[in-house]
Amino acid sequence: MGATDRTLGIVREMAAAMEEHRQYLTKLDSEIGDGDHGNNMRRGFAAALERLEGEDPASPADVLKSVSMALIGKVGGAAGPLYGTAFLRASTALSGDEVSPQDAAGALEAAFGGIKQRGKAEVGDKTILDALAPAVEAAKEAAGSPEATVASVFRAAAEAAEAGAESTVPLTARKGRASYLGARAEGHRDPGATSTQLLLDAAARSLEGSA
Amino acid sequence: MVGLVLISHSAKIAEGTVDLVRQMAGEVELVAVGGDSEGGFGTDPERIEAAIKEIDADEILLLMDLGSAVLSAETVLEMLSEEDRGRVRLVDAPFVEGAFSAGVSASAGSDADECVEAAMEARMEPKLH
Repeated sequence: MGATDRTLGIVREMAAAMEEHRQYLTKLDSEIGDGDHGNNMRRGFAAALERLEGEDPASPADVLKSVSMALIGKVGGAAGPLYGTAFLRASTALSGDEVSPQDAAGALEAAFGGIKQRGKAEVGDKTILDALAPAVEAAKEAAGSPEATVASVFRAAAEAAEAGAESTVPLTARKGRASYLGARAEGHRDPGATSTQLLLDAAARSLEGSA
Repeated sequence: MVGLVLISHSAKIAEGTVDLVRQMAGEVELVAVGGDSEGGFGTDPERIEAAIKEIDADEILLLMDLGSAVLSAETVLEMLSEEDRGRVRLVDAPFVEGAFSAGVSASAGSDADECVEAAMEARMEPKLH
């Protein structure tokens, strides 16, 4: 299986994860936001799959660009421009038909840069970045190992993202709808950090399954 | 003349604000972009882009309400051709009051800079004296 097919496999697994965890994400978002994150993410990834079915992407970068356009167009909440920008930047970071472990870590880092720029948030603001920042660090470290595979890079990223998402629980939000709540947002896990963790876990599972 | 795109999470807020501005500034090009692509609350970047292309005015101001409306507008701006991007400005102003001030200013023949200034002044204008 080539890297383009593996990337398509990742997107399918991500879409399945968003379908499976739709209610959980919506529940988290109902506690501190407007309660649409689960539905929005499910809709965005369903649109991404639909879009990819109508195309014949030639490279991993093409796949990620299509996902980006679908998310920007169809998600409807802040997650659309944020994840859309992330996939777009990851797409731009990749070139050619193959993806090395270092390329994968570089794409994640580019995605992080895109979200940071778009959302103007910092780590600790109770956002996606609280999961993605440690994930990028873990990915880069994993990519440096002599036994690194793209799957091991995503697995390391997913594990760090899980800890990062959990770390949002005690935080007060400084960005997004939850920032209007002040201290009332404390004690709740951030929905965006959680969807990031779920997406990275889906990517890792897909790659482990196709290895 | 300057045109306006009013972007809200709610279709009713976007359309209602367009109606309100139109009452005072009938000849100004105004486009409402409210709600997400399925009619719910949210924003629809594809319609923001379409609204920008639909307006003939040389200069276009975008007013946004909350969070994702701002992020969507910024994302669309980044995706536009350089030529289109040069015509478009994002306005950092309260949605209804800013749109009203910018619209009235546009109908009086002001350029984009003056309309933006009018919209931003709307934030500081006291309502209770």
